Amino acid sequence: MTDTTTTPPEIGGIGHSVKRVEDARLIEGQGNFLDDISLPGMLHMALVRSPVAHARINGIDSDAAMAVDGVLAVVTGELMAAHNLAWMPTLSGDTQAVLATDKVRYQGQEVAAVIATDPYAAADGAELVDVDYEMLDAITTPQQSLAEGAELIRDEKEGQTDNLAYTWETGDEAATEAAFASADRVVSLTTHYPRSHPSPLETCGIVADVNSVTGQATIYMTSQAPHAHRTLFALVAGLPEQNIRIISPDIGGGFGNKVPIYPGYVVATAASLLIGQPVKWVETRTGNLISTGFGRDYYMTGELALTNEGRIQAMRVDMLSDQGAFYSDAQPTRYRAGLFHVCTGSYDFPHAHIKCRGAFTNKAPGGVAYRCSFRITEASYLIERLMQTAADELGIDPAELRLRNFIQPEQFPYETATGFVYDSGDYPTALRKALDAAGYEELRAEQAAAREEGRLVGIGIAHFTEAVGAGPAHTYDIAGLKMIDSAELRVHPTGKAILKLGVKTQGQGHETTFAQIVAEETGIPATDIKVIHGDTDDTPYGLGTYASRSTPVGGAATAMVARKIADKARHIAAHLLEAAPEDIERSADKFHVAGSPDQSVTIQDAAFAAYTNLPEGMEYGLEDVTYYNPPNLTFPYGSYVVVVDVDPDTGVWKVRRMVALDDCGVRINPMIVEGQIHGGLTEGFAMSSMQWITFDDDGNCIGSNFMDYLIPTAWETPRFELLETVTPSPHHPIGAKGIGESATVGSPAAFVNAVIDAVAHLGVRNIDMPVLPDRVWEAIDSAGG
Amino acid sequence: MLPARFDYVAASSVEEAIAAKAEGGDEARILAGGQSLLPMMKLRFATPSKLVDINRIAGLDAIRSHNGHLHVGALVRHADIAASGAVSGAVASAAPWIADPLVRNLGTMCGSVAHCDPEGDWNSVLLATGAEVVAQGPSGRRTIDIGDFVQDFFTNSLAEDEMVVALHIPVPSGRSGGSYQKLERKVGDYATVGVATHLELADDGTISAAGVAMTSVAPINRKATDAEALLVGNAPSAELFAEAGEAAAAAADPRDDVRGSARWKRRVVAAFTQRALAAAAEQAQS
Amino acid sequence: MEITININGTDHTADVEPRRLLVDHIRTGAGLTGTHIGCDTTSCGVCTVLVDGTPVKSCTMLAVQADGREVTTVEGLKSADGLHPVQQAFSDEHGLQCGFCTPAMMLVGAALIDENPAPSDDEVRWAISGNLCRCTGYMNIVKAIQAAAAAASSNGDS
Ligand SMILES: Cc1cc2nc3c(=O)[nH]c(=O)nc-3n(C[C@H](O)[C@H](O)[C@H](O)COP(=O)(O)OP(=O)(O)OC[C@H]3O[C@@H](n4cnc5c(N)ncnc54)[C@H](O)[C@@H]3O)c2cc1C
Ligand code: FES
Ligand code: FES
Repeated sequence: MTDTTTTPPEIGGIGHSVKRVEDARLIEGQGNFLDDISLPGMLHMALVRSPVAHARINGIDSDAAMAVDGVLAVVTGELMAAHNLAWMPTLSGDTQAVLATDKVRYQGQEVAAVIATDPYAAADGAELVDVDYEMLDAITTPQQSLAEGAELIRDEKEGQTDNLAYTWETGDEAATEAAFASADRVVSLTTHYPRSHPSPLETCGIVADVNSVTGQATIYMTSQAPHAHRTLFALVAGLPEQNIRIISPDIGGGFGNKVPIYPGYVVATAASLLIGQPVKWVETRTGNLISTGFGRDYYMTGELALTNEGRIQAMRVDMLSDQGAFYSDAQPTRYRAGLFHVCTGSYDFPHAHIKCRGAFTNKAPGGVAYRCSFRITEASYLIERLMQTAADELGIDPAELRLRNFIQPEQFPYETATGFVYDSGDYPTALRKALDAAGYEELRAEQAAAREEGRLVGIGIAHFTEAVGAGPAHTYDIAGLKMIDSAELRVHPTGKAILKLGVKTQGQGHETTFAQIVAEETGIPATDIKVIHGDTDDTPYGLGTYASRSTPVGGAATAMVARKIADKARHIAAHLLEAAPEDIERSADKFHVAGSPDQSVTIQDAAFAAYTNLPEGMEYGLEDVTYYNPPNLTFPYGSYVVVVDVDPDTGVWKVRRMVALDDCGVRINPMIVEGQIHGGLTEGFAMSSMQWITFDDDGNCIGSNFMDYLIPTAWETPRFELLETVTPSPHHPIGAKGIGESATVGSPAAFVNAVIDAVAHLGVRNIDMPVLPDRVWEAIDSAGG
Repeated sequence: MLPARFDYVAASSVEEAIAAKAEGGDEARILAGGQSLLPMMKLRFATPSKLVDINRIAGLDAIRSHNGHLHVGALVRHADIAASGAVSGAVASAAPWIADPLVRNLGTMCGSVAHCDPEGDWNSVLLATGAEVVAQGPSGRRTIDIGDFVQDFFTNSLAEDEMVVALHIPVPSGRSGGSYQKLERKVGDYATVGVATHLELADDGTISAAGVAMTSVAPINRKATDAEALLVGNAPSAELFAEAGEAAAAAADPRDDVRGSARWKRRVVAAFTQRALAAAAEQAQS
Repeated sequence: MEITININGTDHTADVEPRRLLVDHIRTGAGLTGTHIGCDTTSCGVCTVLVDGTPVKSCTMLAVQADGREVTTVEGLKSADGLHPVQQAFSDEHGLQCGFCTPAMMLVGAALIDENPAPSDDEVRWAISGNLCRCTGYMNIVKAIQAAAAAASSNGDS
């Protein structure tokens, strides 16, 4: 492992695998998750959801529900409409129903809410709310939806005359077409990245406590972005922002699921406001899977223009996304399809052109960045699957094809055909290192021998480049709020410190790693720093944790604020040492006069002096806050190699090995980084092998609970072999790039390429995810294998 | 996802349980491991008016070999079977693949058999081995052939005032073997395809009795009788098992669904039948 | 119906509706919120507790069924001697991230090492296969349970 430490273990700065601070409460069952919160007089809410995908609502009868012992109220769309809250804006400029008034547009849509004294009574009441539905045909694919004469899903939306949600294109079409026209070879792949769901083990929930006397709204909520949510609540509900306090407690995983504002939050808040008591709503798992933020659902056709030698000349993509009933992509770019145009991947070629359309269907809205930055997973999957296709079509080894096309280390900063400026990287070294670890040559020899015996072995490669850390204010915002982030550092007289963050952990270990950044920059031991996050009354503004932005943006803010503090401390040290500030140097744990290391004071001495003994003209205290606007995204990358064995009789495939090399720049806490990679690889494996949400022709969701929406257990999950290279980000204060999502982005293509590689000699070029055994068997069978 | 209200009786004897159940009529249910019933009640797919909990009845947890059969009491959990030294063949082979380790700690074999879920594994094992269900009612006990017990999906042939007290699974005295092959998408998943086999060998090494039954590929667990007939009287061989596999595939009646196409499931039946027969023969021969 | 359950060594008597799930009784009746709820279909295992030493899913057992039994939850793992070896090992080996699955994983791990003082990688994976984790990819959970087993054996605990 690369050693990047500069501090001793007692300080525990960057590069130390410091044990996590948050563990102490979690291993004793003392975490404070949303459902653990109980307030005096708290009521419970259950949602009534549409059982059908598309229907007109002719009436709602709540008499029977109201008669249930313990039921206090039934909230319907009509009541919400009376308070102008039946609809709310989405994060993509559309509107979304809070409780349906006119039609239901997907199975699971929120229709009414029952408020009761206990969850059992609320469930009894919800069972008895009688909704009169007039059935309409359901549109379940974007292709159907955009076909001539398709029924209008968004008939309430002014100016909407078809089911098109958006169109977007980017790149140089003319140059791309010209390159294709003159290419030796054109390789194409049409594939679907299926609908998936982040489904953290804790579902979403809220405890809304609106005090009708003071107007104070205290809202406990499973939120990955509490500050942004506070502002959105203020804008949507018209509450004064100073009276809204959002507290995001311990979060049982987020993965993008807890970024949007869901109808349940709004209804519970409204109910608390109307009834004057706290209201708790905790989603059921089915509610979570069928109505909240799905990810993916992109139909993509990608093409590469190549020379006979396999040099890529240009890329062309036509993409259609299934948005569900409301366009509510949780993405803060000004591009309609997020960062999909990073689809040129790790390769050096001049031209690309991308055309995207999104369509409304009778499915749940969402489009969250499920453990990735806004559509990068789809983009990365497409290019890496195309590389496999090109290798198979051209008869070039897939590793060799990548090596021939990589952006070379000396080309950084490198501007891609679609305008990203990659900051740094050494792709050939990464791939070669991963191949060596896997024993690539021997594996190829074994594969050939296995084929002779009728066995199928596949070796899959993916080399991805991610773009994370949204992001520079010029391009990235949510509802106009720029994607900056913040950190506030307060050093107390005894030298102990509190760090307050705009971002919010969901298991990534911020309470540990962010303290390490401060330790690195100030010399205050990490164990002396308490990290506070998630309470909007107590932390500076931030846009939240998703898209791997905590470290690139919040981490940078932390480093910058710590530098301000260290600088002030240096001035104080100069005063204490009676030297000029320019002559003071900082080592890991001391300030000393240049050239005479014995003349030193500690950061703790300086902290005490900040409140007791200051140089003339300096303000008391040792506190500061920084808002960081990153100059660019960061671009983590990695090389993954997967080996699979495929059973030709049944199509069942098993992962024999998974070698994953990640370069995420400087690793703040290697132990935590590796944990993030393990988790990401597992979700990549899940999506490639079993985890998807599909629908029948009537729009019934298949995948509405954990019996149908499959999350791998320890038994199926492969063992992972991790490797690293370290190429620091040149523009990030500590050279870190973000790691939470790389593995989810990069690994699906590696798994799928491995299965394809096992059967490519039979002529198979594509199997859509999830690569179910029947799909493998059918592919082999129809290839005549 | 919380159950509706019901009355609850914790019976302390089989007689008490039967009486309490009879009193409740067709709205009353026996509660054994609860690993099928409670999930259905939480989803409100089932709303019984009364639960008769049999978990406190002494003596129902026995698992032992007796008179040429394995006796499995109504409170024997899947995990007990997996851990028991008394089981062999298809029973031993299937036990670890039922549900997941935690569900196996509560769910019972008898409950599973009574439940008659076509995706349940045990009924295939019982069909292949030719087991009997021991039912008790107010007038005493009777044994029911498993083929007659399983009436339809989620329907057994018990009377309202009867419960299952045990299963009797034949344990042949001569050379025999059995196996269960299951394709599940992950641990805790019901079978996409399951095949149970049971073989007995005569002194000359030919197959004297054969059982083949399938899970999840027909409206109820189904015996592959043609395959069985093919096997009996012949010496075990790869060719014979392949032929039997084709016969089983022909007897299956799978559906296209999210787990896969019917065409593919038939191929899996063929492959699994072949493999499960090979495993059974190997056991019998060793 | 009046029931008495011994939870983590203390008797809890309460009057409950028969339909009340054990998990709800533990969380709101006994106020022990370390036991979580993650699904509606008995699939995720985050509600795992030990009933008379055996790990079961407390969302699929009625509180009345536990009358007179001994229930151990995560809050009962620690003893007068300090943390249980699995607790220490989960922290040492980074066996948890969000921590939502962790109480269940530790209880299953504790039950496993009671029976098997040196479980292999496969044995641990098999034992925890009724429990989902969405964060860790299980690698470090397996490591933690094995480390706990080793620590417990060297302490002479098992
Ligand atoms: C996540 C999960 C995964 C599962 N996977 C599988 C699997 O892969 N394969 C599989 O076979 N099963 C599976 N099951 C079901 C499990 O095996 C159940 O334990 C079993 O089906 C029912 O047994 P039980 O003792 O839990 O019965 P209960 O749930 O208590 O009862 C089931 C039904 O049988 C009746 N009943 C129970 N006992 C008796 C009796 N003695 N006499 C008369 N009627 C009785 C009940 O009234 C009820 O109608 C799974 C369950 C879960 C929750
Ligand atoms: S809550 Fe998921 S198994 Fe109990
Ligand atoms: S640590 Fe988050 S679910 Fe396991």
